[in-house]
Amino acid sequence: MSLKSKSISSKSSLNEDERLKKISPLRVLLNRPELGALGGSILVFIFFGIVAGDTGMFSAYGMLNFLDVSANLGIIAIAAAMLMIGGEFDLSIGSMIGFAGICIAIPAIYWGWPLWMSIVFAFAMAVLVGYFNGIMVVKTGLPSFIVTLAMLFILRGLTLAITRLITGRTQVPGLRVLIEDDPLAWLFATDTFKWLFNWLGSLKLIELRTDGTPLATGIPPSVIWFIALTLFATWILMKTRYGNWIFASGGDKVGATNVGVPVGRVKISLFIGTAVASTIFACIQVLDAGSADTMRGTLKELEAIAAAVVGGCLLTGGYGSAIGAAFGAIIFGTVSMGIFYTDVDTDWFKVFLGAMMLIAVVFNNYIRKKVTESK
Amino acid sequence: MSDYLVQFNNISKFFGKVIALKDVTMRLKKGEIMCLLGDNGAGKSTLIKTLAGVHKPDEGEIIFEDNKIVFDSPKDALDIGIGTVYQDLALVPLMSVTRNFFMGREPQKGIPFLKTFDVEKANKIAADRMGQIGIDVRDPSQAVGTMSGGERQCLAISRAIYFGAKVLVLDEPTSALGVHQASMVLKYIVKAASEGLAVILITHNVHHAYPVGNSFTVLNRGKSMGTFQKKDISREKLLSMMAGGEELDKLEVELQEMDRIHNKN
Repeated sequence: MSLKSKSISSKSSLNEDERLKKISPLRVLLNRPELGALGGSILVFIFFGIVAGDTGMFSAYGMLNFLDVSANLGIIAIAAAMLMIGGEFDLSIGSMIGFAGICIAIPAIYWGWPLWMSIVFAFAMAVLVGYFNGIMVVKTGLPSFIVTLAMLFILRGLTLAITRLITGRTQVPGLRVLIEDDPLAWLFATDTFKWLFNWLGSLKLIELRTDGTPLATGIPPSVIWFIALTLFATWILMKTRYGNWIFASGGDKVGATNVGVPVGRVKISLFIGTAVASTIFACIQVLDAGSADTMRGTLKELEAIAAAVVGGCLLTGGYGSAIGAAFGAIIFGTVSMGIFYTDVDTDWFKVFLGAMMLIAVVFNNYIRKKVTESK
Repeated sequence: MSDYLVQFNNISKFFGKVIALKDVTMRLKKGEIMCLLGDNGAGKSTLIKTLAGVHKPDEGEIIFEDNKIVFDSPKDALDIGIGTVYQDLALVPLMSVTRNFFMGREPQKGIPFLKTFDVEKANKIAADRMGQIGIDVRDPSQAVGTMSGGERQCLAISRAIYFGAKVLVLDEPTSALGVHQASMVLKYIVKAASEGLAVILITHNVHHAYPVGNSFTVLNRGKSMGTFQKKDISREKLLSMMAGGEELDKLEVELQEMDRIHNKN
């Protein structure tokens, strides 16, 4: 008897061991949504390392160049990814970028507001637009695709109409002089780690201009925002209650409501998130260029969604990651810039973007089946 | 103080002209399993939603521990301890066992405004609770989609109990399950009742209900046909009552008639 019970207990502990071993590290990795985008990024870097390794793409200046493009896209892609995990789309991201741009430029240039006040005004408008998108989707139950498509046209039209009405043109230049000494604008317009680049330049480790200053002057603000937002979004998704609510709202709206998740509030806040991210994007772009243009941000919403999808977000919601979206943005940014360093005609970029997305969707679909199938 | 933990007295619910429920009364003691039986369209769903606080009854009263209660939302029902497990279970297949277990009620730690979801604590509780009902969760961060139907049902029930349900309302917990899985769920329901919970088991499967139930309420076309103690009623009688006995009797007569004609020719 005692022998028997002993053999059973040893067997059961053996069983447990076996069961734990069954989940291989590869399997754990495969279950992570960002795997595809991470692998894709590595492939892209290897590719350009081989094809364009000696062209200056991977000099400090070249790298900052494609990182800047990636980071700009990443800022909106992360917000789009969080909204997608929450089960909704925002097609008005691109139009919101243009709208936020003129919300900064017109008050600052034509109404004589201080720049910081215009920036605050733009963010306030973003919260309003996001709130409106969210409340429309939540209250009417209409697909967010339709509601935000309408917003895409409304915002772009408003941007164009208001700008033409007030200024008589479609561009508002003259912002650059206002940046200096502004208490807020530096957040979106300062290159950081200049000392590092100067030091590297003095050691002649990076390329210099003819006057002896380094060609790459510092890390652009977009990159700092991009990194900060990636960390912040990941922290929210993985480590907070609100993050769990985002997954729940996107995974099963009815179920989440039944167990007490405030699905409506979660979704509205995520729509505000995409609008605010668009405004961060607009601030950086407008202050960098010194002017606002009514056509800024056109089609950016689709690039942001593409980056989120490549980053492992499911179109149906409930699954995805911010880090994945960040890598998705890095893939697109790197390819869109890297293609200039190769002999390939830049027209081919869109072909690549589309193909990449298609592969990602097929891959994601496969992963979802893997994750949910019974063992 | 009455013996009853919860009483639903003369509940009626109308949707426009449609009478969805009329004068339904159910009273439960602690540790009692009451099976609510009824065919499709009998008003079971409406009754569940009324118990769970989704619908407000148009007539009648709900008395919980001798206090008259009015629910304004499902949350009110949850707060006093009526835990409802819907047929769809409110589980998200893509999310982990832990994230599902604590969905909407995540334990937190840390300083105000920077509170984080205490994943370790949640993992431990979820694995513990599932272990108690004999489901070995290898890894509480595995997706719920990888679990069997019975395991998912048990997870949903276990979650409701953990979050303080005193009355469990279970909507067709065995309908989509095979024999083995169904018996696993039924066993768990009996165990929960033996620990002092009152259970309302909604089903149209008498064969699942009869072995575990203490009393049976039969619902037909929005009306209660009465509540019966187990000793007072047989399985066959229940079956014929819930299907609208006359209908089956009529069918039998017709079949016999057809048989007779057939034999004649």
